[in-house]
Amino acid sequence: MNRREFLQASGVLIVGFNATLRAQTAMSPSLAQVDSWLVIAADGSITAYSGKEELGQGIAVAQQQLVAEELNVPFERVKLIYCDTAQTPDQAHTSGSQSHPANFNHDNLGQAAATAGEALLKLASERLGLPVSQLTAANGSIGNGTRSVSYGQLLGGKKFNLALSTTAKRKPPSAWTVLGKPINNPDLPALVTGQFPFIHNVRVPGMLHGRVVRPPAVGATVISVDESSVSGLPGLIKVVVKKDFIGVVAEKPWQALQAAAKLNVKWTNGKALPAQAAFYDALRKQPARDTMLVDSRNVDASLRGSTATLKATYLHPYQMHGSLASSCAVADVQGSKATLWSATQAVWYQKSTSAAILGLKQENVRVIFARGSGCYGVNGADTVTYDAAVLSQAVGKPVRVQLTRHDEMAFENYGPAYVIDQRAGLDAKGNIAAWDFESWSPTLGGRPGANTPGNVITGALLGFPTPGFTPRSPAPAPGAYANNSNGVPSYLSANNRGTGTIASGRVLTHSVESNFWTGPLRSPARLQNTFAHECFMDELAAHAKADPVEFRRRHLRDPRMLDVLNAAAKAANWAPRPFPRTGLRKSGIVTGRGVACVLYEGDNGYTSIITEAEVNQATGAIKVRRVISANDVGPVSNPMGLRNQVEGGALQGLSRALGEEVTWDEHQITSVDWRTYRSLPVGFDIPVIETVIVNRPDAEAAGAGETSITLIAAALGNAIFDATGARLRQIPFTPERVKAALAAR
Amino acid sequence: MSISLKVNGRMHSLDLDPDTPLLYALSDDLALNGPKFGCGLGQCGACTVLIKGQAVRSCVTTLKAVSGADVTTLEGLGTPEKPHPIQQAFITEQAAQCGFCLNGVILTAKAYLDRNPKATDAQIQQAMSAVLCRCFTSSRMVRAIQRYAKEAK
Ligand code: FES
Ligand code: FES
Repeated sequence: MNRREFLQASGVLIVGFNATLRAQTAMSPSLAQVDSWLVIAADGSITAYSGKEELGQGIAVAQQQLVAEELNVPFERVKLIYCDTAQTPDQAHTSGSQSHPANFNHDNLGQAAATAGEALLKLASERLGLPVSQLTAANGSIGNGTRSVSYGQLLGGKKFNLALSTTAKRKPPSAWTVLGKPINNPDLPALVTGQFPFIHNVRVPGMLHGRVVRPPAVGATVISVDESSVSGLPGLIKVVVKKDFIGVVAEKPWQALQAAAKLNVKWTNGKALPAQAAFYDALRKQPARDTMLVDSRNVDASLRGSTATLKATYLHPYQMHGSLASSCAVADVQGSKATLWSATQAVWYQKSTSAAILGLKQENVRVIFARGSGCYGVNGADTVTYDAAVLSQAVGKPVRVQLTRHDEMAFENYGPAYVIDQRAGLDAKGNIAAWDFESWSPTLGGRPGANTPGNVITGALLGFPTPGFTPRSPAPAPGAYANNSNGVPSYLSANNRGTGTIASGRVLTHSVESNFWTGPLRSPARLQNTFAHECFMDELAAHAKADPVEFRRRHLRDPRMLDVLNAAAKAANWAPRPFPRTGLRKSGIVTGRGVACVLYEGDNGYTSIITEAEVNQATGAIKVRRVISANDVGPVSNPMGLRNQVEGGALQGLSRALGEEVTWDEHQITSVDWRTYRSLPVGFDIPVIETVIVNRPDAEAAGAGETSITLIAAALGNAIFDATGARLRQIPFTPERVKAALAAR
Repeated sequence: MSISLKVNGRMHSLDLDPDTPLLYALSDDLALNGPKFGCGLGQCGACTVLIKGQAVRSCVTTLKAVSGADVTTLEGLGTPEKPHPIQQAFITEQAAQCGFCLNGVILTAKAYLDRNPKATDAQIQQAMSAVLCRCFTSSRMVRAIQRYAKEAK
């Protein structure tokens, strides 16, 4: 076989292209080509391209480890470029704990690196005249111990020109040398010294500064804009009005801010909002779209035949992403072309929707991700990118827009509120015979999708429709089992597709229209559902006078779920004791423990948490002393990153459980800063957090970013019950609510 | 009207509205990345700078109020190659997720500990009770601050 034939047979076709100078293309490079994911330069340096971005969750390091591992080079040798629509493969959004599953399992980045590794071995075999079986790859070279050739020499800076192979063999975790080891965050030296450039630090020559003027009330529309109210203000370049979208552009940010504040706009009154106190009841009465997730069709009969039935209603408020930074974006729209710098979690949808907003061809819009502060879903990053794009187009110059704290908080896409009714029957032995779940949750908009700029405030103000939903009742019969939203309690068997043993179950959800924007907030729906499931499970255990860990074990059949539950119990030294406890003190400070567990999204990471908490019965104050978290997320890429995520998730979940709640009056949102929306600060009584990693090297990679946050509210509610005998069914657990629950004992 | 300021050891003269918040001058006119816009209301700490060793929230501090002052930003403490001991403590403890809050966390802690070198853990907690990290890297951050406090003693 000559070289040419060999190369064709091996699928490697080297063309005379300098691969290191990646052409910035109009469309994203194909997922199916190795060259879209990897470039090896003549000097052997490796650049990986990914459509999954670093938001602070640690995925950049893990992806670098993955490529280094599959290509047998040290971690430092790999450079990672992510989420630039002109350079990186289109991987939709970075969300839902899906980055690990997407890039580490059977396709995409990991598989591209494995394909490249195999191709390099074949090239080396040909170059050295040695069979592949005698060759090993190490440190960027391939050889047999006496003779070797480097990747740089093999490729000579050319492309692979090779389709990604789904059968290329991946390195088994037992052979890992880079993955599985704790790796420090390489961004930290730049971050701690204030050098790291965030989206807020993108500075384009000739850049102007824009500010938006949002409606003062929900649903208010523009009657008139009096531009003379700002005429002559220093630095003001332009007032931009497009339907209900209003913005100003000035030379300096401070000038833009003042012009926005002084601009005289007449608005309609907007719509009347339901009184917050009656809101949860009102949700039940709205027209709804019904979905049945599980229905064994015998629940009512099973409940009637039960020895005892229990009912409880759980309430969860709207909560905010409340990112630390007020969102910011920079746009440079010149004629038919646009370049947008955005902290969006979805650069490709940002590209298509911005093209629609600007009236440009998609191929003429480039979106470059730049890091914002932690986002946790859909904060103002998408909407402010539209703001910058529209203002830049209006003035024909690059424009930077930064939202005010008020505009960030009053108009973001909140994590939705929930009302959840739980009902279950116990048999004579104290086992659960049937479980009946019904939820109501409001929705409006969401993350912008391919054609939906109207999913966020700016798109809607510009007149793009917000896709509504059509009421539907009754719900059609359930489709194939999936538990993406964790609506199905872990203890249902759901025809042996669920993780539990209970055969009789019904899970019915009602989606209703929201007055406020909603969208995915870290563990969307999963957190709210799991709070209700895991607290109700505790109520059932208490009624059956069973230990909460033992009671869970009795109703679980998935061995991995049992393993994380047992691992947490072991680490917490959980010994069974009578439950509910007897002889509880009704005054002073008391302590208790609570447990919760879940298979996140029904298939994306097993996790269990135990908390130990202190309740001050005089003040209603809660102090969490200890959090033990056991996690099985498959093979662990970077234990350092995993621990950081579990810790951060647990504390963020604690802040949400203890204080966070979106509030409103007759016309507008009133939680608009850090005094009116209460977050735990850096300095508080931080619990000791112990993370137990149940490593599963042979399982699929799962997500880890949303595991602990899904459970902490439930585990805490259960600990408060254990300590006091009082059950908290409404989040947040404010001192007033705690005292009310204590008084009701 | 021109306002002069010393920032990280260098003199600057800024021709800006004297009511402009210091933060805008630092991040827009002087192109510094350290001080950050979080809330603009003095509620989160992201914009913190040091003036006479005190932590000052530059989003609610006007230029005219600090005319002639000597301002240190996070960039002024150390470099990636040679970080200041408190910056090193954050690297050692791997105390960040997105890292946006680090400016406020590090400078607030430094200003407090430099004045109160014998601070107890409870006092450190109190000193950090008006600084936000929404990624909730709080436990690592407090460990990093305690490490710096111990090493500085
Ligand atoms: S930005 Fe200054 S305190 Fe928040
Ligand atoms: S690390 Fe993201 S806000 Fe603190």
